[in-house]
Amino acid sequence: MKHLLSLRETDAADIRRILETAAAFKEILRRPVKKVPTLRGKSVVTLFYESSTRTRTSFELAAKYMSADAVNIAVAQSSVTKGESLKDTLRTLEALTADCVIIRHSSSGAAHLAAQCVRIPVINAGDGRHEHPTQALLDILTIWEHKIVGREDDTYPRALSSERPFDLRGLTVAIVGDLAHSRVARSNVWGLTKLGATVRWVGPKTLLPADAHQLPVRVHTRLEEALEGADVVMALRLQTERQEKGLLPSLREYSRIWGISPRTLRYARPDALVMHPGPMNRGVEISAEVADGEGGIRAAIEEQVTNGVAVRMACLYLLMGEMMGAGE
Amino acid sequence: MRLVLQGGRILDPSRQIDQEGDLVIEDGKIAGIVASGSARGEITRDVRGKLVTPGLIDIHVHLREPGFEYKEDIESGTRAAAAGGFTAVCCMPNTNPAIDTAAVVRQIIERAEQVGSARVYPIAALTRGMEGGQLSEIADLKAAGAVAISDDAFPIQNAETMRRGMEYCAQFGLTLMTHNEEKTLTVGGAMNEGLTATVMGIPGIPRVSEDIAAARNILLAHLTGCRLHLLHISTAGTVELLRLAKASGIAVTGETAPHYWALTDAACEGYNTNAKMNPPLRTPQDNAAILRGLADGTIDAIATDHAPHAPYEKEREFDQAPFGILGLETSFACVYTQLVKPGILSLSDAIAKMTCIPARLLGIPGGTLETGASADVSVFDLETVWTVDPAQSRSKSRNTPFAGWELQGRASFTVLGGRIIEV
Repeated sequence: MKHLLSLRETDAADIRRILETAAAFKEILRRPVKKVPTLRGKSVVTLFYESSTRTRTSFELAAKYMSADAVNIAVAQSSVTKGESLKDTLRTLEALTADCVIIRHSSSGAAHLAAQCVRIPVINAGDGRHEHPTQALLDILTIWEHKIVGREDDTYPRALSSERPFDLRGLTVAIVGDLAHSRVARSNVWGLTKLGATVRWVGPKTLLPADAHQLPVRVHTRLEEALEGADVVMALRLQTERQEKGLLPSLREYSRIWGISPRTLRYARPDALVMHPGPMNRGVEISAEVADGEGGIRAAIEEQVTNGVAVRMACLYLLMGEMMGAGE
Repeated sequence: MRLVLQGGRILDPSRQIDQEGDLVIEDGKIAGIVASGSARGEITRDVRGKLVTPGLIDIHVHLREPGFEYKEDIESGTRAAAAGGFTAVCCMPNTNPAIDTAAVVRQIIERAEQVGSARVYPIAALTRGMEGGQLSEIADLKAAGAVAISDDAFPIQNAETMRRGMEYCAQFGLTLMTHNEEKTLTVGGAMNEGLTATVMGIPGIPRVSEDIAAARNILLAHLTGCRLHLLHISTAGTVELLRLAKASGIAVTGETAPHYWALTDAACEGYNTNAKMNPPLRTPQDNAAILRGLADGTIDAIATDHAPHAPYEKEREFDQAPFGILGLETSFACVYTQLVKPGILSLSDAIAKMTCIPARLLGIPGGTLETGASADVSVFDLETVWTVDPAQSRSKSRNTPFAGWELQGRASFTVLGGRIIEV
């Protein structure tokens, strides 16, 4: 693995390798002193062209827990505002001897372009509506922990050492909401289906991308159909400007028909796990009761965040640390 | 001064001539065709085994001068044209300043006479500054030498403006060449709407946006009697609309370009900005419809929409890179390799779509080897198989989607008004 740009281009073996590594790193996060020397002397740059608190902080902490030096470039204060191209910015970071660049950008394909410009590893932290691979990886880790590790009264290490870890065959994941604009939904389709899960997409026709039925997903517009028998229900964030662009009549109507609430969640399996990539619009795509896991509802939204740190530690390790370790 | 092209296969679709012979050129004009080996002249070129045709004409190119000379200029653009076997090109008005005044028209014509390796016929903007508002001084532009009017690159959205523009062009007998795009359907779009765009996460340009605009423009042409020419047809729907319009006797014609039959939106994979143009690459069904339209004569002409952009402009985020690709140097080889060799078009019909038909559409000279015509001639080697290498391009830019393609057929040289232009 040279870069992590998309899960479409990452094979199942590499996905499993990242997840296994992340599962092992979770133990570090439970220690009183959360620091290992694995990436000491390495520097990681987070280059964020879009605002983000959760993903950037997650990467930064992941780097620091591994003893790498993490530098954030807030694009608003950088030479990008003076018109510097992405290519020149990347070349400059490489010349500054950064060892890895983590990029978030509003243009789909920006991470691919970045990877073409430099020799150091590039991690895609979300590009336009294309992919957000580390988000899907943390989602998969969370699903696995809830649906596989727990299922046969299995312990975490035993599940990990199984013959085919992260085998998601038999699981059905319904992804609900603004699929047209969602990089999370795209990464999850590739990641989940490569591990054997069945994926359904459901949302209003106006928020489904063209030819979605040709992807390895079942596409629905009726929530009831899509949730029937689902093991996992993943609600996507609805950008509130969608209604201004004429894609939706109102947030009220959206919430009533496609919002995940105790009422609509009844369509899914009783033990269905509810997930959300955040940040949530409570009362729009997800009701407060569901988000907070009230009344026996299983929600894993905060676990997702914690798993994000472990997954990003794993990605940094596999892209930078392994090579270093091999040389020692 | 007498120039003889000796012993070539002389193909002139304007007069249904396809024979071996010597083409005799005297004082810059075609003097006639005589039996191989029988003509003598001050200059002779042995073209045995080669194809001799009227100089190719491309009615849709962007030469970028004035204003964007870092992308292309008249000198480099016409050199690329000559390298592709073209002796005349019609340049689109989206320059800076736009071709919306007689002064700019005259400047381009003069510049082409000084430095050009091909003739240049300016196409003027329908509205001032290509802003879609006030009409340009169309009579003035025609008098200065503009051969047609267009809204290419900035398609007129307002139907009233289009209607009045057509009425105004019609009274001067000018053809209006339209870029057909309903822009309310393409906001933010950067490639064809479909599976590839969905996977890449790129906002799509639906095919229906071209069809709706083409339909509107055809209906307005019917209303106004204006001669309408549909630029760069990319969809099956627009081919069908053109077919229906012609069957109902409306004065409308159309062109396509090689990339619309040779490539699909899959070429954008990997965020390849050299496969980004507008209208965008479509689907295999559209490729097939374009080929049928060419074969049955629905699509009259083959143009290139040669649209150079500097490498640094294309080495960008896909959605932010400009639309447009090079075309002049690869067009003939694409036509020969992809249309003639598989038998979709006869060689004569293919050459007609690049010579006499485009000349007739815009009423410009050329496209024929008739005695007395200006000696604009192209000579091709049909046996040469070559690999497209952008670094070798005569254009100032490098943005071709055909890099690395193996194509057959290449221009050997052209003759421009009796003067040999080496490629």
